[in-house]
Amino acid sequence: MATAHSRTAARFMLSPAVILLLGWMIVPLSMTLYFSFQRYNLLMPGQEAWVGFLNYKYFLTDPAFFAALWNTLMLVGGVLLITVVGGIALAVLLDQPMWGQGIVRILVIAPFFVMPTVSALVWKNMFMNPVNGLFAYIAKFLGMQPFDFLAHAPLMSIILIVAWQWLPFATLILLTAMQSLDSEQQEAAEMDGASVVSRFIYLTLPHLGRAITVVVLIQTIFLLSIFAEILVTTNGGPGYASTNITYLVYAQSLLQFDVGGGSAGGIIAVILANIVAIFLMRMVGKNLET
Amino acid sequence: MGSISLNKVSKSFGDVQVIPPLDLEINDGEFVVFVGPSGCGKSTLLRLIAGLEDLTSGAISIDGADATNAAPAQRGLAMVFQSYALYPHMTVRKNIAFPLKMAGMDPAEQDRRIAGAAKVLNLTDYLDRRPGQLSGGQRQRVAIGRAIVREPSAFLFDEPLSNLDAALRVNMRLEICDLHKTLATTMIYVTHDQVEAMTMADKIVVLHDGYIEQVGSPLELYENPVNKFVAGFIGSPKMNFIAGAPAQKRGADSIGIRPEHLTVSRDAGEWAGVVGVSEHLGSDTFLHVNVDGIGMVNVRASGEFRVKYGEQVFLSPIEEKIHRFDAAGLSI
Amino acid sequence: MARAVSTKRKLWFTGLAWLIGLVIFFPILWTVLTSFKTEAEAIASPPSFLGFEWTLENYATVMERSNYFRFFMNSVIIAVGSTALGLLVAVPAAWSMAFVPGKRTKDLLMWMLSTKMLPPVGVLIPIYLISRNFGLLDSRAALVVVLMLINLPIIIWMLYTYFKEIPGEILEAARMDGASLRSEIIYVLTPMAVPGIASTMLLNIILAWNEAFWTLNLTTVNAAPLTAFIASYSSPEGLFYAKLSAASTMAIAPILIMGWFSQKQLVRGLTFGAVK
Repeated sequence: MATAHSRTAARFMLSPAVILLLGWMIVPLSMTLYFSFQRYNLLMPGQEAWVGFLNYKYFLTDPAFFAALWNTLMLVGGVLLITVVGGIALAVLLDQPMWGQGIVRILVIAPFFVMPTVSALVWKNMFMNPVNGLFAYIAKFLGMQPFDFLAHAPLMSIILIVAWQWLPFATLILLTAMQSLDSEQQEAAEMDGASVVSRFIYLTLPHLGRAITVVVLIQTIFLLSIFAEILVTTNGGPGYASTNITYLVYAQSLLQFDVGGGSAGGIIAVILANIVAIFLMRMVGKNLET
Repeated sequence: MGSISLNKVSKSFGDVQVIPPLDLEINDGEFVVFVGPSGCGKSTLLRLIAGLEDLTSGAISIDGADATNAAPAQRGLAMVFQSYALYPHMTVRKNIAFPLKMAGMDPAEQDRRIAGAAKVLNLTDYLDRRPGQLSGGQRQRVAIGRAIVREPSAFLFDEPLSNLDAALRVNMRLEICDLHKTLATTMIYVTHDQVEAMTMADKIVVLHDGYIEQVGSPLELYENPVNKFVAGFIGSPKMNFIAGAPAQKRGADSIGIRPEHLTVSRDAGEWAGVVGVSEHLGSDTFLHVNVDGIGMVNVRASGEFRVKYGEQVFLSPIEEKIHRFDAAGLSI
Repeated sequence: MARAVSTKRKLWFTGLAWLIGLVIFFPILWTVLTSFKTEAEAIASPPSFLGFEWTLENYATVMERSNYFRFFMNSVIIAVGSTALGLLVAVPAAWSMAFVPGKRTKDLLMWMLSTKMLPPVGVLIPIYLISRNFGLLDSRAALVVVLMLINLPIIIWMLYTYFKEIPGEILEAARMDGASLRSEIIYVLTPMAVPGIASTMLLNIILAWNEAFWTLNLTTVNAAPLTAFIASYSSPEGLFYAKLSAASTMAIAPILIMGWFSQKQLVRGLTFGAVK
C-alpha cells in the first residue's frame, strides 16, 4: 500500500495520540493501585503507611459493598432489559410506513441529548415528587394515594430515569441496523411462504443480533458508571438503597476522604468493567476484519 | 520518449513473494498489455512502475535514467485507475487541471491544455459538472483527460474498463486505441480480459503467479504459445486440451486444438461425438460435442451449422494447427 | 420494490408511533412549558397544559440570580476546547492508521478502545489529587484535558471509519498527479474528510457538554459548567419548579438541536463503527 517515506510520516503523526492515551491509562491507574495498598486519609495527613490488602479486606467485607454490587447489577440489568426490549419494539414500529416518520424519530431520540443532571432533576421534582409531581396528581385524580418514588423505591425510580435516557440510544441503533436489512431477502422469505412472525424471528432478529450485542455491551460500559443521576436524586440513599459501586467509591474517597479505601474500590470497579470490556472488544474486533 | 526497463525487479509483502525477480523491456511508443488471471501480480507490477509501491529488489529505469527510488510524481507517468479515482469535490475542469496546478503551470497554458483534452474526449459540455453527475463512460474519459493533459512519457492503465457495461467497454477500447495512435505515447495496460489484450496490444505480457509466462505480439501468442497456460489463456473460446491416445499418436504428452481449428462433418472424420448444447450466433456456431474417450470438445464452426441436441457429428483437427505439449506442459 | 400500503394500516401505525413518540418526549415538553409558567402555576392542581399566562420572568430570574452566563460559557469552553484539542491529536492519528495501515494498526485501535473501558472511578482519586496539587482543581484547563482524554478514543475511531471510506486510489491518483504530502492533504484529503470531521466534532461536543462525572467532581464554582449548575438545584429553597425548568431548558436547548442534526453519526460514533 505504501512506501517507506509515508510510513515514517505516519508513525510520527500517530505518536501524540498514543503517548497521551498511554499516559492517561498508566499514570493514574498505577497511582490508584499504589494508593489502594496504603493507609491514606486526606483528613489525617502524615499517617500514610503500607497496609497490604487491608483496604480491599475492609471494602469487600463492608455490607455497603454488597448492597452497592447488587444495586449496580440491578441498575445495569434493569435498564438493559427495558431499553433492549423497548428498543426492538420501537425500532420495529418506526420502520413501518407512516406519516411524519422523521418527526417521530426526533421526538424519540431527544432524551439522549438531555444532560444527566437535568433529566434526573426534572424527573425527581416535576414527575416523582409526592406532593407537586405530575405522577402524584395523576394518582390523586384516580383516587389513589400518591407514591413517594424516591423514598420508597429509589432504585426502581433511578432505573426508570436512566432507561428513559438510554431508550433512544437502543432504538436508534436497532433502527439503523433494521434499515440495512436486505429487502430482497424479506421478499424471498415471503415467496417461500414465511409469515410476518416467522420472518421476524428467523430473519429480523438474527440480523439485529449484532446490533443488540453492541447495544448491550456499550450501555453496560456507561451504566456501570452511572453517577450524576444518583447524586442529584437520592445521594445513594435512603441508607445504601440506591448506592452503586461508582457512587460508593465517590463517597468513600471524596466525602470521607479515605483515599486508600476508595482506591481499593476503584480497582475493583476497574476489574468489573474489564470483564465486560473483554466481550465488547471481541465484538468490535470481529467487525474490523470484515 | 517513454521507454521503460525493469531489471531483476521483485516484490514481497512480508514473507509472501508476489513478484519473483523479472526483467522486462518496454519500448517507446509501444502499447503493452499485462494480462493474467486475478492475483497474478499484474497490478502490483504496474504499481511498481508507477512508484506507488517500493521495490523489494531490482531497478527500474525510465528513458535510460534510474527511477528506482523516484517519487511517483517525478517519474513523468500518468495513471488511470480502475475506480477512476476522480476527486469528487472538484469539477471536471478542476480534476483535469489538478496535475497541471501541482506542476505550477501558468493558468493560460492550463486552460489551453484542458480545452484541448476536453475536445479530444468529448467533454467540453461537461467541464463544470462534478464526477457524481457523470455516467461511467464520461468518468472514464475524465480520468483519461487528467492523464493526457500532463503529456506524460507513458500512460498506465489499471483495468480501466472493468466497471463499464459490455457495449461501452467496446467503445472505450476503440477510443483508447485511437488515442494511442494519435499520441504515439507508450501505454501500459493491465487487464484480466484476454480479448482486450488481443485487440489492443502491440505486445502482450502474460503473467501467472508473478512470473512472466511469455512476451510477444498477440498473433505470436496465439500461434506459438510456449506452454499450456498461455495456450489456454489466449484465445476464445478456450483451446481444447486432449491427453491419451490422440496425443501419443502425435508423439506428445497432450495436444491442444483451438475450437476454430476443428472441422465438423455429419458424415466422416477422425472423432465421433454427440452434440450437447449448441450456440447459434448467426456468424458462428459454437458446438459442445461429447467425444467418446476424449470428453467434451468445443468447436467453432463458421457461419450457421444446423444441428440438434443429441445428433452425431464427426470432428477432424487441422493437423498443422495442433499444438503439442510435453509432460511439463511446455510446447514441443 | 415498494408496495402500496393500505391507508388504514398506515394510519394505524402513524397514530401509534406519534402517541409513543409524544409520551417519550413529554418530560422535555413539560419542562419547556413549565419554564414559561409562574411558580404558582407550575405546581397548580390540576396542572394547566397550555391555558396559562405565558411569562419570561423565570429566564430573567435565572440569568440575574445565578450568573448563568458564566456557567454557560464554561460549558462552551470545555465542550469546544476539549473537542478542538481532541481533533488536533486525532486527525493525524486516524489519517495515518487509515491510509498507512501497518501490521499492528488493528491492535492499536483495539487498545485505544480499551482505554475507553476504564471506569472513571478507577482513576478519580489520582486525577483529583494531581489537579489539586497543580492548583488545577476547579479550573477549565483541567476539565478540557480530562474530557479530551476520555473522548479521544471515540474521536479517533469515528475519524478512522470515515477516513477508511475515502478510497486509497484517490490519494494515489493525487500522488501520481504530482501532489506533495502537503498538497495531498490540503486539496484532496481535507475537502473529502470535512463532512466526517464535522460530524465527529458535533458528536464530541454533545458528549462533552453532557458529561457529568468529571464536571461534577473536579469543579466547585469557577469552572463549573451547566451540568454542575443544574445539579445545584437539587437542594431547593421555596418554589423553584419554573426556575428549574427555565434553567434546564437553556442548558439542553443548544445540544438538543445539535443532536437532532447528528443522529446518523451518533450511531456510528457510539458503536465505534460496528453499526452504520
